[in-house]
Amino acid sequence: MNETVKKTVTAAKILGLFSLLGLGLVALTFNQTKEKISQNERDALLKSLRAVVSSSLYNNDIANDKIQVTGLNPGAARETTIYRARDNGEPVAAVITALAPDGYNGNISLLVGILADGTLSGVRVVSHKETPGLGDSIETDRSNWILSFDGKSLAGLTDKQWAVKRDGGVFDQFTGATITPRAVVKSVKNALLYFQQHKVEIFSNTEPAEE
Amino acid sequence: MFSEYSKIIKDGLWRNNQAFVALLGLCPLLAVSNTVVNSLGLGLATTATLVCSSTIVSLIRTIVPSEVRLPVFVLVIACVVTMIELAMNAWFYGLYKILGIFIPLIVTNCTIIGRAEAFASKQSTDKAFLDGLFMGLGFTFALVLLGSMREIIGSGTLLAKAELMFGPAAQSWQINVIDDYSGMLLAILPPGAFIGLGFLIALKNVLDSKVKQRKPAIEQIPVQVVPEQ
Ligand SMILES: Cc1cc2nc3c(=O)[nH]c(=O)nc-3n(C[C@H](O)[C@H](O)[C@H](O)COP(=O)(O)O)c2cc1C
Repeated sequence: MNETVKKTVTAAKILGLFSLLGLGLVALTFNQTKEKISQNERDALLKSLRAVVSSSLYNNDIANDKIQVTGLNPGAARETTIYRARDNGEPVAAVITALAPDGYNGNISLLVGILADGTLSGVRVVSHKETPGLGDSIETDRSNWILSFDGKSLAGLTDKQWAVKRDGGVFDQFTGATITPRAVVKSVKNALLYFQQHKVEIFSNTEPAEE
Repeated sequence: MFSEYSKIIKDGLWRNNQAFVALLGLCPLLAVSNTVVNSLGLGLATTATLVCSSTIVSLIRTIVPSEVRLPVFVLVIACVVTMIELAMNAWFYGLYKILGIFIPLIVTNCTIIGRAEAFASKQSTDKAFLDGLFMGLGFTFALVLLGSMREIIGSGTLLAKAELMFGPAAQSWQINVIDDYSGMLLAILPPGAFIGLGFLIALKNVLDSKVKQRKPAIEQIPVQVVPEQ
């Protein structure tokens, strides 16, 4: 065997050795942090669920009482998750993970909490890419705008009123930013409509039929 | 001996500052420097990566054949960053959520492979460690400076959301530098980062030339450094 081949083999061995070592270390770290990370994710989910439906209203494990539905978020690649709040088994509220596809910078993902009678118990933005200083007033950190949904329902307002003020509705827009609130209002209204049409299936344990 | 260490420190913090002088790592620098807390978070994560990767690279420099040294360095850096990412996800969840993709992207920060190749692979471990630490702190310094500038001009605050990093007690740390400020979009958006960085580099150059003018005599005496062995 000549010198070059020998050198190459040694180099390959060392590279392989380091790959294994690195793999081992990463695997070890993964194992050490796995539990804490899933705990964090669960806590974050529970915290946002509690923001839209007060935890005093239900006593089930809401984070795990969920169904996947299709046909709610138009254009969404994935199924939509709906969490169900129950008090001693009685349906109390549903939390729909709605997606507003027509924000200024793409999707705005929302949690829409709807009480069994069809009234909104709360809406929160989970993630968005709207412009800071313009579209980000939908966050509770920036303004109280999103709280204006509390207590609203399809029954309480006419179809035309379910829009921003500029379009003749009751919801404020922001100065110089109408697109973002318009997208959110539309998405919340969609979620309410879906809830109205599929209420029984949402709370039953079987998966709702497709549209 | 001492002067060598102080040279490493000065280079990292100022003379060869990776952001202001080498202009490396600009992608994360520009993307997350819109608030002080984001800047500090990414800066410290980058520093931790630099310290670990430079130290490891220096430790293994004699075992690794030169043909495969770059793949091995990349491997080391990727492992270090992955571990830091997992650790942040576990213990700084809020900050991790905000910095998002920029944590795994630390891998692609040229500063890190640059210091590994240009410095750590040729130097003793204590120097490589020091170089990693101060190059990282220099980068953090640049990030935080740019972050404060953009946060003040863009939102009129300082240290907003400090609780993401320092726990619930830091909730009250936010300073409203300008009251009732409606914000300046340009400073928060990416162009603001470019403009801000430009001003900071200009400022550094002015400071450097002032210092040079003041003590030309000292600068001109050639210093012979005799390496101690
Ligand atoms: C750089 C830039 C970012 C913008 N970001 C948003 C945004 O995030 N949300 C939004 O509704 N409008 C945003 N706008 C404004 C929209 O283009 C549009 O003008 C506005 O929503 C219309 O509101 P108006 O009908 O009240 O003028 C942005 C405009 C610019 C120039």
